[in-house]
Amino acid sequence: MTKPELLVTPQSLSHIKALIEAGADAFLIGEQQFGLRLAGEFTIEEVREATAIIHNAGKKVYVAMNAIFHNDRVDALAPYMKALSEIGVDGIVFGDPSVIIARREADVNIPLHWNPETIATNWFQANYWGKRGATRAVLARELSMDEIVEIKENAEIEIEVQVHGMTCMFQSKRPLLGHYFLYEGKAMEVENRKNNRNMFLHDPERNSKYPIYEDLNGTHIFSPNDMCIIDELDELFEAEIDVFKIEGVLHTEEYVVAVTECYRKAIDAYTESPDAYFDIKEELLAKIEEIQPELRPLDTGFFFKETVY
Amino acid sequence: MTLLKDDTISEIRDGKRVIVKKPELLAPAGNLEKLKIAVHYGADAVFIGGQEFGLRSNAGNFSIDEMREGVEFANKYGARIYVTTNIFAHNDNMDGLDEYLKALEGAGVAGIIVADPLIIETCKIVAPKLEIHLSTQQSLSNWKAVQYWKEEGLERVVLARETSAEEIKLMKEKVDIEIESFVHGAMCIAYSGRCVLSNHMTARDSNRGGCCQSCRWDYDLYAVEDGEEKPLFEEGNEAFAMSPKDLKLIESIPKIIDLGIDSLKVEGRMKSIHYIATVVSVYRKVIDAYCADPDNFKIKLEWLEELDKCANRETASSFFEGQPGYEQQMFGEHGKQTKFDFVGMVLDYNEETQMVTLQQRNYFKPGDEVEFFGPEIENFKVVIDEVWDEDGQALDAARHPLQIVRFKCAEKLYPMNMMRKEMR
Repeated sequence: MTKPELLVTPQSLSHIKALIEAGADAFLIGEQQFGLRLAGEFTIEEVREATAIIHNAGKKVYVAMNAIFHNDRVDALAPYMKALSEIGVDGIVFGDPSVIIARREADVNIPLHWNPETIATNWFQANYWGKRGATRAVLARELSMDEIVEIKENAEIEIEVQVHGMTCMFQSKRPLLGHYFLYEGKAMEVENRKNNRNMFLHDPERNSKYPIYEDLNGTHIFSPNDMCIIDELDELFEAEIDVFKIEGVLHTEEYVVAVTECYRKAIDAYTESPDAYFDIKEELLAKIEEIQPELRPLDTGFFFKETVY
Repeated sequence: MTLLKDDTISEIRDGKRVIVKKPELLAPAGNLEKLKIAVHYGADAVFIGGQEFGLRSNAGNFSIDEMREGVEFANKYGARIYVTTNIFAHNDNMDGLDEYLKALEGAGVAGIIVADPLIIETCKIVAPKLEIHLSTQQSLSNWKAVQYWKEEGLERVVLARETSAEEIKLMKEKVDIEIESFVHGAMCIAYSGRCVLSNHMTARDSNRGGCCQSCRWDYDLYAVEDGEEKPLFEEGNEAFAMSPKDLKLIESIPKIIDLGIDSLKVEGRMKSIHYIATVVSVYRKVIDAYCADPDNFKIKLEWLEELDKCANRETASSFFEGQPGYEQQMFGEHGKQTKFDFVGMVLDYNEETQMVTLQQRNYFKPGDEVEFFGPEIENFKVVIDEVWDEDGQALDAARHPLQIVRFKCAEKLYPMNMMRKEMR
């Protein structure tokens, strides 16, 4: 079988080097002007440096352009894509169709990965965007294992699935933290906490804690748990899902490196034989549980959870 | 189709400037009665939900037969019906889509409001007579994305609620496509389609109609500092809240019309007929008055007061006039009571005997002061004298919902006029 690509989200150039050591196959980087909820910020010059390091190791690099763009940013899309093309990145991640128009204007051939997050829910959409230039679809994290497998069976393009980490559950254009501080007459806090990523909302009824922060793209709220399916990967292997993503946003570099090592071992073991994977999966889960921050419980996301409507 | 740049919004007729590009007033309806009220009170078009493929699984939704009846009613007024089919489908929602879209087309529906390319592409093939309008669930926020959907052959796009007048202006200049924009009603605080709070908190899929409005709940804000959880609120502070005030753009109607926006959308399929009648009639008056004489138009206080009679939240202009500030959100409050109760709907009026036949919708009694309104009349107030039931028995109060009662009123009334009462 073909091994699934192990995609990670580095925070810095040195982090990239550590993640290459840990066994990552591909890297998603970018900056908030174009991309959403990135683990680290990489200017175009840093993208150039990162690409050199990553390509030198024989790995892939993708750049995030998946923001919800307003008029003020769309003129910058084509020049940015030209620069990325010249650097030679391996793919661009998008959600907003303005990127398709801009790619035509820029006249570049970088492969597109379609990732609108919550709304990528069926195989028809994956194939629809495939016909319009996407070579990969990143599925919504709110899908069940069965739904993911069925999408893969019907998809004409690569399918990427997040297997670990936090997921975003809300994006507002309004600066909701700043507004709260202003309402309470704490104008100082707006500036003081502007770039902080250490806040959370407590939901007393569910006793859940939802990380929250603001940036150029508005306010983002995240899941109360980290998804972790290191011990439930067999169905994804069998379905031949093309890419496993570890989302590292709001985690430390060390944590992401350690988690990457675990998934590397899982992938290599399964490729050797499913039994080899079954033999070590509990051990790998235990390793992740050991390093898991106290505030972030692990769960299996929506893989085995039913939603109604 | 001509480019908008060449489109004329207004022209001079008999020495006076008039608006020739009058926008559509688009109203919501959760059931057949609401649809009829919306059309009768002046909506040019009504959007409704069917029993499948739409959001708002809690809204009363239409069967195909009810849609057909709604279309026939609307046609008499020259009004159009659109059906929301704006879920993001999962694999198991795909079955039955062809038949459903064909049935909508067969029922005479003018168009669908849709977000998922699965439904867009299927509709083009199986129900080509239906217009395709892109739903706000696609968070359409820039002119290049508008351009994309134009190239895909869509007739109309509904913009993200996060777009400003300035932004819409540029979209109109760059792309020749109909633009539908929200003017009134409740708002999502998140980009629509990009919120799955309900999925996480209650296992209900917001993008398939299961939204339980978790954004309007109260939360406590903390920071983690040196491994310790530190509350960012003090005694006496309100909880962290994300409730936006409701959108109200009644005073921006002249600007909206001048921008050339094609359809002005009122939100609220779950709202009452009293709400729909009130909102639609006020926007109708403002649009008509501005279009008839834009140079001398002034908004009347009575229109603003009228609109306020059905409001159950504070209102704001949201993104239309630029990024909204903190004062456009609600902290420590979750709406307010409406000032007026809808107490009855006129079924008949006999000019000779001055007898009103009315269907009771809320408690009232002889001696109450009530207000009548409707498209044929100017609002007026009267004090109710004697009230009789259908058998001519005098009543000390009209107590029973949907009870048919009679009383006298000197001023002429028309069927479907409404009677409301101020809450004391």
